[in-house]
Amino acid sequence: MMIDFAAQVEGLRPQLLRFARSQLRNDAWAEDAVSDTLLAALERPQSFAGNSQLKTWLVGILKHKVVDQLRRHSREATVLTTDDGEDLDESLFAPDGHWREAPQDWGDPEAACGRREFFEVLEACMEHLPPTQGRVFMMREWLELETDEICKELTITATNLWVLLHRARLRLRECLQSSWFNARPA
Amino acid sequence: MLTLHRIRMFRRTCREVTRLVLEGEERRLGWVDRTAIRLHLMICSACPRFLRQVQFMRHAMGRWRNYRDAE
Repeated sequence: MMIDFAAQVEGLRPQLLRFARSQLRNDAWAEDAVSDTLLAALERPQSFAGNSQLKTWLVGILKHKVVDQLRRHSREATVLTTDDGEDLDESLFAPDGHWREAPQDWGDPEAACGRREFFEVLEACMEHLPPTQGRVFMMREWLELETDEICKELTITATNLWVLLHRARLRLRECLQSSWFNARPA
Repeated sequence: MLTLHRIRMFRRTCREVTRLVLEGEERRLGWVDRTAIRLHLMICSACPRFLRQVQFMRHAMGRWRNYRDAE
């Protein structure tokens, strides 16, 4: 029974590692977060109630371990790359503040969300965000942290965080436009 | 004069409205900003579509969380 449980937990390692990597953008930190998760799970199998899915339970633990890693490495996690510092605004707007090209009508989100390929494109777009933008965006959207919690964990100011999230959301929008909407005309 | 002053106070470019709409995803905006957005959306044809794209992304992210964490 116990061996069976351990095997099932271990079997989910690749998936957990992929999730941890997409959030942390660092293989070593991701390995640590996943190891801590599996260890915690195997130490306290009785806390797995069995009425939720094993994966959901493990992902819940993983999210805490991922925050631990971000806290531990906050200094390195907030170093901006050139890409992180780049503003899309300049290419989107004319000097007078008008759109260069008006945004398109994306239609009903449920139409896209019913398709697995849409989530695959969405995930690819998130993975293409520059590292620091990607981290804060995932903290907000996957870990579902409030902005003040993110500022505290990464020791950055609210203004810095808003700028990063602003850039990340504009990039995600661009990526969805080119990789989903332009690629599959409605 | 007062009316003119008030209109100026709420006037925003598309670029500024875009920034405010995105900031609204992270925190509750003050009433001046919210009013400025509403007024701008009434007279602009491009920004309402941007707002709907932001709402689209918010909705999609919520569905993605379920898809990823449970399926």
